Amino acid sequence: MTDLATFRSETRAWLEANCPPEMRAPVRSDKDICWGGRNPDFQPGQREWLEAMASRGWTVPDWPTEYGGGGLSPAEAKALREEMAALHCRNPLNSFGISMLGPALLKYGTEEQKLDHLPKIARGEIRWCQGYSEPNAGSDLASLAASAEDAGDHYIVNGQKVWTSYADKADWIFCLVRTSKESKQGGISFVLFDMASEGVSTKPILLISGYSPFCETFMDNVRVPKANRIYDENKGWDVAKYLLGHEREMISGMGLASAGGGNPLIEGAIAAVGLDANGRLADPLLRASIAMFEVRARAFGAMSERFIDELKAGRAHPAQPSMMKYYGTELNKARHELQMAAGGSDALEWESGASNGGAAARAWLRTKANSIEGGTSEIQLNIVAKRILDLPA
Amino acid sequence: MPLYLDDQQTMLRDTARDFIAEHAPPSHLRALRDANDPTGFSRDLWKQFAEMGFTGIRIPEAQSGMGLGHVEAGVVLEEIGRNLSPSPFLTTAVAAVEALRGTAHADRYYPGILAGDTIAALAIDERAKFGDGISLTAQRSGNGFRLSGTKQFVAHAHVADLILVAARTSGAESDQDGVTLFAVDSKTAAPDIRPERLADSSLASRITFADLQLDADSVVGEVDNGREVLNRLLAAGRSGASAELLGVGGGAMDLTVAYLKERKQFGQTIGSFQALQHRAAHLYAEMEVARAAVLKAQQLLDAGSALAGQAVAVAKAMTGLATTLSVQEGVQMHGGIGMTDEYDIGFYMKRARVLAEMFGDANYHADALARESGY
Repeated sequence: MTDLATFRSETRAWLEANCPPEMRAPVRSDKDICWGGRNPDFQPGQREWLEAMASRGWTVPDWPTEYGGGGLSPAEAKALREEMAALHCRNPLNSFGISMLGPALLKYGTEEQKLDHLPKIARGEIRWCQGYSEPNAGSDLASLAASAEDAGDHYIVNGQKVWTSYADKADWIFCLVRTSKESKQGGISFVLFDMASEGVSTKPILLISGYSPFCETFMDNVRVPKANRIYDENKGWDVAKYLLGHEREMISGMGLASAGGGNPLIEGAIAAVGLDANGRLADPLLRASIAMFEVRARAFGAMSERFIDELKAGRAHPAQPSMMKYYGTELNKARHELQMAAGGSDALEWESGASNGGAAARAWLRTKANSIEGGTSEIQLNIVAKRILDLPA
Repeated sequence: MPLYLDDQQTMLRDTARDFIAEHAPPSHLRALRDANDPTGFSRDLWKQFAEMGFTGIRIPEAQSGMGLGHVEAGVVLEEIGRNLSPSPFLTTAVAAVEALRGTAHADRYYPGILAGDTIAALAIDERAKFGDGISLTAQRSGNGFRLSGTKQFVAHAHVADLILVAARTSGAESDQDGVTLFAVDSKTAAPDIRPERLADSSLASRITFADLQLDADSVVGEVDNGREVLNRLLAAGRSGASAELLGVGGGAMDLTVAYLKERKQFGQTIGSFQALQHRAAHLYAEMEVARAAVLKAQQLLDAGSALAGQAVAVAKAMTGLATTLSVQEGVQMHGGIGMTDEYDIGFYMKRARVLAEMFGDANYHADALARESGY
């Protein structure tokens, strides 16, 4: 057996022995997602699964082992993903630390910063949020105004952030602040601070889903040590752009069916309208819509695999995450539209026990933000047109 | 295995790209079309394909071929698609070679295919839309079989040396069992072949078999168990057609994007208009997703994976959708010139329509996926 084949069979055996049965079921609602942090809200099986995976560095399989990673080669990391998918294992940890800050720290952080933060991210001990958008800086992010005044060994930060996902639940924030007004993109710095710092407050924003995953975040004379600045002063835009690529990569994963076994879309449709005598969905037009959607979803699954492979090999076009983000989020919206159509009036119940607290309706409404957050679909298309297709400005 | 072309596959692609663009660009198709060429493709080009080793790309090395996989065949087919090159490569070097693999017919026909002498055609379709049912009958007769019935949409049949025919040897039209594949040698047996010019100016035939007598040794594989061979043929044909579609869609997109950068209206290049940029970027996304689906299917086929069948269905359906979008957007974004015969973009639209229909369209494959998924 080749080394890779051995790794694969050992990995499968380990997953079978260590992945709790609850962690092999489909993700049905937000509660099924594990975020870790200082005050974790674990569902049954989540803590065991997180700790088992973190003990091998497999929450971040391809990070170096000295930072809490698994030190796996691209081929091994791929084999792990495939074996997890084959057993319907859920993602052990959802984390902006893993998908966004971590890659930026690996590229731009000092050795001390990496050793300080990365292992805690890998173990899910610190939950991070992202302070990018401001009330007047959304798609035009570089016009942000939150200020960081030089006060010797630290900055004094003042201003407001908005759409800060889970700011009220996060332990630390990675944040863009203005350290100079001389140039729009050239005067931004990238800093980290504890959300428990004096002067930080958050206020949830109630959304159409009835939930508040997003917050407003206010900074009132917050002291941030300069040692917490990543990369050079006034060069935070480089870090931000790099991180945005990883954010788009993460969000594009939404177009794939959620981890765990089964296909909620198809199961839901069968439960709602039933099968006819030939074993086909009794609503032929719904069946056709779902089937055509599944073609795109599976093709996008191949695209995601290709994208990860190219990324790991350093072969992906730097603007490719924009295409992935655009396609994946539009697909995810389409999936939830179909799920609502399949569920009919059952799926519309907002609070009942049968509807799991309106999980389907709330998830459907939540997806509408997919093509807005992390850069709108229109911004992604602009980027593809200019940077990949080379169309004129 | 990573989901991108490795170095050797990339080298093959570059070779195929240069060769086909030089010898069979869209102007080659146009010249054949204008001459109303009765063959529909260039015999000389087929010989050159042989000299390049392309015709033996899927033939095992032990039988003097290149012994390469579906991925490599697809690399060549994509360039054929991009250049709209009329060629019996898909039917002969990909689908027929796959069907004959490991049978006595391989020894008989592979040398001619390798040499660029032999052309194969696939008599599979019996009605306007591809379906699984087979009603053309093969009845035992003397030392062999008598074929009765009709086939249609048979590319290259009018010049084929070998016609592979799917026939029913027992059971009812919709049965999976009772199907047998026959290798009809057109030198010794002569069905009634009526070539028709299609919209893309290729030629496909309606064939009538009126008690055509065949020897027993014309059976490919086993009597009544031909579905397995047929499915292998179809998987190769579908993944190949998907690769060719990818080339057609990619070629149309390249033409369109180039036009957006060159054409001026209102004093600006039209490619600077956001309405068109967004449509072009969306088209790019659809084509990239289709490309990934095709490579995935080819890799799984080469690995002999049980998941290959569904991946091939996804690839054929997705390339049908994406390439249809590409040629439609191509004509629309070219404006009036896109409607003219003088300009090539319309040729892409016609070829895409033919390939999208071949071996089952997007609806057929989406339906197949749904059935396999239990709904």
